[in-house]
Amino acid sequence: MAVTVKTFASASEAAGALSSDRTARYLGGGTLVMRALNEGDVAISTVVRAQDQALTRIDASGPRITLGAGVTFARILAERDLAFLHAPARSIGGPAVRNMGTVGGNLFAPSPYGDFTVALLALDATVAVAGGFGSRDTPIEEFLQARERQAGTLVLSVSCTRPASSEAFRYRKIARIKPKGGSVITLAAHLPVSGGRIAGARIALGSMAPTQIRARAAERALEGRSLDAATIAAAASAATEGTSPSDNALGSAWYRREIVGVHLRRLLSGQD
Amino acid sequence: MSKIPLQFRHNGRDVAIFVDGGTNLLVALRELIGDMTPKFGCGQGGCGTCSVLIDGELHLSCLTLAETVAGRSIETLDGMKQGPNLHPLQRAFADHFAAQCGYCTPGMLMAAKALLDRNPSPSRDEVIEAISGNICRCTGYEPIINAILAAASGRVSA
Repeated sequence: MAVTVKTFASASEAAGALSSDRTARYLGGGTLVMRALNEGDVAISTVVRAQDQALTRIDASGPRITLGAGVTFARILAERDLAFLHAPARSIGGPAVRNMGTVGGNLFAPSPYGDFTVALLALDATVAVAGGFGSRDTPIEEFLQARERQAGTLVLSVSCTRPASSEAFRYRKIARIKPKGGSVITLAAHLPVSGGRIAGARIALGSMAPTQIRARAAERALEGRSLDAATIAAAASAATEGTSPSDNALGSAWYRREIVGVHLRRLLSGQD
Repeated sequence: MSKIPLQFRHNGRDVAIFVDGGTNLLVALRELIGDMTPKFGCGQGGCGTCSVLIDGELHLSCLTLAETVAGRSIETLDGMKQGPNLHPLQRAFADHFAAQCGYCTPGMLMAAKALLDRNPSPSRDEVIEAISGNICRCTGYEPIINAILAAASGRVSA
């Protein structure tokens, strides 16, 4: 079925078109929306695009980085200042998907996809969305909790604070096919250390619930402690708390619950 | 529904077509231009056999909205051969038995070309990474990896 494609020069015009039409979807890299159209998704009758330079801007010079929603994973990999995001960017798709898929689109990618968003959730990112008047910033966790209702909003950019060291941010994607494959589980941890103790731990999990979630019990087990074997064991055993994984072709819910603690332990203890 | 006029470069030649709203680039290439070299596999971005180069960058044509390539340059396998001669990558695929049923071959060749255009002497791991978005159910990948490495090092029969 043919759809109407509306192309706008500015993101704000596109946001207006998107919010006024329930059947409209925003086209970023195409890996979600074109796929839905190829499958004959009749819920989409309008495709909205914006050719706004601001959507593809990268600001990676300072301590706080901002990625335009239209920035592709290939561009992140080409940016030396974004080395801390290279592991999650590289874990997505093959080269063609990385040339197309965007940071903004990844926020909407359902399980077993959306790996980059797991990293952003652990980094406590802020999502800038276009509202009625200008843009507003939403914490990524809040954004994800309301994701089902976000189809009519336009994401403009995502920003987060650069981790203090490469040790402070860790990422691990468990996939059956290497180097490319959907996620069995994706884990990311941000572990800022102050005076030898973890302060402000963030653990994020992908494919362990309908959206990417934080492992709050595991975070509590780490908070205020040094990253020793006992602390890691306590965090690993708390990893399943609050999760609700589902069965799919890559793994059963039971299997995901069984192994999430194992992989969290490996992530925290720095094992490959 | 009105048709949308669309112009772009296809293997070095300017083309002008009319597309329906929502038409993907693969359909535009196969059905409107008659270039049957990019194949339809999954339509979901999972198999890679529709891979083409857009301004030299590897993209999946089935997930590309046709009208987004206005004014851009598209390369497909059809443009790879050099006159009557096969491209060294094609020659290497033949020499190394890198094609069996052949359905993945157009995508494999475009992914390999995207790699060699940027990195003329890749490592084995870089080759594996470069074709990681392309599925082959016949060869077990080894002959394909060997063919790309052979093409890169110039070990190809005349």
